Amino acid sequence: MAHLDLDPKIIARCRELAKKTASPIEKMIQTHSTVAIERATLRLLGVNGAVLQKGGGGNQTFPEANLIVDKMMQTQSIENGVLHGFVNGMIQKKMPAPELSRAVATGKIDLNTLPRISDTELRLKAKELCQKASEHLLSQREQRDSIRKEVGDSFSVHREQGPLLYVIVATGNIYDDVIQARAAAQVGADAIAVIRSTAQSLLDYVPHGATTEGFGGTYATQENFKIMRAALDEESRKLGRYIRLTNYCSGLCMPEIAALGAMERLDFLLNDAMYGILFRDINMKRTLIDQHFSRLIIALSRIVIHTGEDNYLTTADAIENGHQVLASQFINECFALHAHMKEDLMGLGHAQEMNPEHPNVFLLEIARAQMTRDIFPNAPIKFMPPTRYKCGDIFYSHLMDAMFNFVGVLTGQSIQLLGMATEAMHTPLLQDRWMSIKNAKYIFNGARDLGKDISFKPNGIIQEWSKKVLKDTLEHLEMIERKGLFKAIEERAFAEVKRTETGGKGHDGVFLKGPNYINPFSDLL
Amino acid sequence: MSGETRVDLKKLKPYGDIMGDGTVQLCFTLPVEPSPEAREAAVQLVQKMGFDPVKVATMEKAADGFALFVIYGNTKFSLDFTKIKVLKIEAKKRSREVIDEIIRTQIGRKLIVLGACTGYDAHTVGIDAIMNMKGFAGDYGLERYKGLDARNLGAQVLNDDLLKLAVQEKADVILVSKVVSQHGIHIKDMKTLVERATKMGLRDKMIFVAGGPRVTHPMALECGFDAGFGVGTKPSEVASFILEEYLNRQAQSQAKTKKRK
Repeated sequence: MAHLDLDPKIIARCRELAKKTASPIEKMIQTHSTVAIERATLRLLGVNGAVLQKGGGGNQTFPEANLIVDKMMQTQSIENGVLHGFVNGMIQKKMPAPELSRAVATGKIDLNTLPRISDTELRLKAKELCQKASEHLLSQREQRDSIRKEVGDSFSVHREQGPLLYVIVATGNIYDDVIQARAAAQVGADAIAVIRSTAQSLLDYVPHGATTEGFGGTYATQENFKIMRAALDEESRKLGRYIRLTNYCSGLCMPEIAALGAMERLDFLLNDAMYGILFRDINMKRTLIDQHFSRLIIALSRIVIHTGEDNYLTTADAIENGHQVLASQFINECFALHAHMKEDLMGLGHAQEMNPEHPNVFLLEIARAQMTRDIFPNAPIKFMPPTRYKCGDIFYSHLMDAMFNFVGVLTGQSIQLLGMATEAMHTPLLQDRWMSIKNAKYIFNGARDLGKDISFKPNGIIQEWSKKVLKDTLEHLEMIERKGLFKAIEERAFAEVKRTETGGKGHDGVFLKGPNYINPFSDLL
Repeated sequence: MSGETRVDLKKLKPYGDIMGDGTVQLCFTLPVEPSPEAREAAVQLVQKMGFDPVKVATMEKAADGFALFVIYGNTKFSLDFTKIKVLKIEAKKRSREVIDEIIRTQIGRKLIVLGACTGYDAHTVGIDAIMNMKGFAGDYGLERYKGLDARNLGAQVLNDDLLKLAVQEKADVILVSKVVSQHGIHIKDMKTLVERATKMGLRDKMIFVAGGPRVTHPMALECGFDAGFGVGTKPSEVASFILEEYLNRQAQSQAKTKKRK
């Protein structure tokens, strides 16, 4: 493989700065919890039902996990964790978790008025329940591993046949998604992402059941995960090739989606330490605390995350702001390590989003892609396609995707989200995906070993550009470390977006852990 | 053969390489396995669409149970181009830099723009593309404009709340994105907004702009808006309209004041 001459001392210094930046935040994470973490905890214990709510637009169901945690928030009894009240209830009422949650959610039992057992007993029981729950996650992980082994799986950080072919489905109806996903797999897709319905990331609950109506995507629900995973298991067996499933572990329900994804054997989750802050205006603390808990689950279940740095380049100019991407990748790496994730689970994200009319744009794109590869040699790098300069000219767009595929295979990217000729027009049609997969297969095959057969000219355009970006990254990280992450984000350190420490959605769902806080998952995961 | 190579605008047809050939390229899938029958079905369908002759360039297997076709056909239809009339937004297209500069020099303060998906519409892709920094198709969003104080209120903003906020914030422009259009809900919501605004005496004080996949300029005018933008609209087009409409209104009110003097 051709490599760049990047100074390892600068890279090491960048990692050190990222670590220093993350350190005070990690302390804050340890002392806080959020409503979403508490709900995820309940979900891991099996609280996954929903009850019918009157009013609004007809018959709507609302998750029991939300009703229980909301009640505790209202009665200010959340500070020691939802398990405090809930496990006490399980013991007092001798009910398993789903039964108790139904009774609490329907107002038949009030957890606050029950007699209390001793804290020692409570902790013992809570630990036992959480232990059982993490064993379930482990068995789901083993089942996933065994299917992969059974049908054959070629995925690795450096795959011989080039990047993993990854496509999206987004019909809004999970059953139509299944048709589209199967079709994509049959012509060569290795991984399928079910795009979420717009604005789901801002819902402070996870919708329930199979869904057939979404906007620009399909709701992420436990049942939808199950339906799609079952279809892909079947398709994997038919094709003799394991097909991965991706969903979105971001937004206000990040920890819950991680829990549901782990339970339903998802393979990839979009999960970023800062994406919610920057692009969904979710409160900083909420996002950072939530991402940690979600990554604990992800680490245990060995799900590969995809970080969202590609988005920076859609907001800020991709030529001028490559250093923001790299700086953020270092920070994402740091938070992932803190949550016990190994490098082979860190699908650090970046994208080919430079202005296609810029002179020598492919040299700059190659430099960026290669440096991401070289700086994170053990991470399954996720490479995202052009979107920003795409419009209705599907023919030019198809060509842009071809060049993107070329850069991807040349620089040894691990996971390639294939571009669609109809990007910026509609969610992909069957034929759009077919055309895109054919494009990628042609180029990945034809240029398979090109990266091994070339070297980058010393002091050439590619080498020099990568050195410049690395140098800019170092300066950027120095600035962030000096100011602190919160202040830096306030001053538009990433993606030219400004956010404040107490601003954004979901801030009221953050709380300081009380002296008797219980959540054995923090140690078990 | 007349050898005529000039366009006949009275009988406008698609052009491939011979004037009036009516050549169209089509690509679609049929939810059946590729087979001679599938190919024949594709040909007959395209004939029904008014194409003749029909040439199947390729039939491919796009997946189990799906045949993909690329087809060329020559349409028999033509159109009188001289009779085409379109109600258009007439604002001169300007770049972000130019718009910012004009606002700075001719208005002297930031124009306040409130954007929202109204009613129960949760689909923010349109309003985000126009408002958010990121913009759309390489064209930066309104938040990026130095001359605009653009605030994206996001999804599910009720008409009344939007207007209340508009008064409070002294908004100059209201941008409404409507994506959901089942049962004509988008039209109903848009009309209600303007009715409420009129009652509150805001209609002439603010510029009302709508956007969405089912929104057209004539339809927006009918709902009482000042402009409507469809799919593919770039933020700078919206900003251009806002600027021109604002300047027009400013000129009109100055003219009135002068008359009074």
